[in-house]
Amino acid sequence: MADAEVFDESRHWRLSDHVSLRDESFGALAYHHDSRRLVFLKSRDLVELVRRLDDFDSARSAVDELVAEGERDRYVAALAHLSSSGLISA
Amino acid sequence: MPEITLRDRFEQGLAAPICLTWELTYACNLACTHCLSSSGRRDPRELTTEEARGLIDEIAAMQIFYINIGGGEPMVRRDFFDVIEHAVARRVGVKFSTNGTRIDPASARRLASIDYLDIQVSIDGANESTNDRIRGRGSYAAARRAMDNLRDAEFGEFKISVVMTRENVEQLDAFESLAAQYGAQLRLTRLRPSGRGVDVWNELHPTLAQGRALYSWLRDRPNVLTGDSFFHLSALGNPLEGLNLCGAGRVVCLIDPVGDVYACPFVIHDEFLAGNVRESGFASVWQESPLFRSLREPASPGACASCGSYDACRGGCMAAKFFTGLEMSDPDPECVFGHGEEVLATREIASRPHSSPDHSRRIPVSLSARP
Repeated sequence: MADAEVFDESRHWRLSDHVSLRDESFGALAYHHDSRRLVFLKSRDLVELVRRLDDFDSARSAVDELVAEGERDRYVAALAHLSSSGLISA
Repeated sequence: MPEITLRDRFEQGLAAPICLTWELTYACNLACTHCLSSSGRRDPRELTTEEARGLIDEIAAMQIFYINIGGGEPMVRRDFFDVIEHAVARRVGVKFSTNGTRIDPASARRLASIDYLDIQVSIDGANESTNDRIRGRGSYAAARRAMDNLRDAEFGEFKISVVMTRENVEQLDAFESLAAQYGAQLRLTRLRPSGRGVDVWNELHPTLAQGRALYSWLRDRPNVLTGDSFFHLSALGNPLEGLNLCGAGRVVCLIDPVGDVYACPFVIHDEFLAGNVRESGFASVWQESPLFRSLREPASPGACASCGSYDACRGGCMAAKFFTGLEMSDPDPECVFGHGEEVLATREIASRPHSSPDHSRRIPVSLSARP
């Protein structure tokens, strides 16, 4: 399941079809129905970013549009982590 | 600035449970001595198929990702497949626990055809004699037949679920080999003094030395599943895998066969009854029950306040304390430092509570006598 590929932020990404997201006070819980993995998204901004990835040509442009300048690297790293768990797919 | 951890957030409760157990029936064709739900006889007030489907629809609407189905033996319900197939169709994953007696080749093939389904086959000994002393004569052979049938039906990676007792901790390596033989995953859980377990807990719960051995064994094997069962052992050092907290009413709860909602699967007792899904639906019980709200308040460390390991075990398991007659402010009866044993040895425990509903059969059953 784990995608060994390096996260390519220039590609289009979106929430995987196998994943359900549930909003919580701290952010959201994400559940991958195939791998049975439960992942915690620890901020509402990250949840918003993940939900809207599909609207952008690339993960990079989504981050540039939705995330404040000083925070962008951190959010790209968070997306890379989510891609390695198969929560978002290219 | 003290950081608010996820664990703190979980202790304050979630919009919906992560781990919802639903005991589908109190009916069971076995009579395990440690049954945490005192199962045996079907309760005539059991939720109907229509009610079960309605509950699943509500669970789906709450975005509860999966449910743990147990019993009793869930497969003795005639609408078992109807219920689980309805859940999976609503994208609610199902993990169900079974004694395996009803997994014949045909049902194994049907189970193998369902997505989002996990199966836990229970055994409590790595050989017939250890297992059958607890689960009844013929139960080991029946569970192994179920495993054979699941393997032959190419179900994939099922789970072998074992309650750790004084008699089987020494068999950990044998359980591991058995799981490997089937390409199965091993799952170990803690013996609670709940249900009929109250009568056998004194003799069967692992000793402190066995608890330490189990902790080391689990630390070496992070892939062995435990359902966060052994967080009281995390006081021994580095934490075990999992959330390491008592999730009762916070991330966990139980719906019993008649729709009663309890704080966790191990506290089927009036004191931990939060409401009934028939009266108001499940969501309102989860969100509004005064019991669950109080469980989400910060807990006092009680007698454990001066212990340097309180943050690791948070005082242990509520159910284990309750059914051994301890107070919530006491240490866990299996506290790794022996503080629970000290309290149990020195305090006069007037009476130990018993689970309120008891569906045990009045006559012993013999599996081998079944057709």
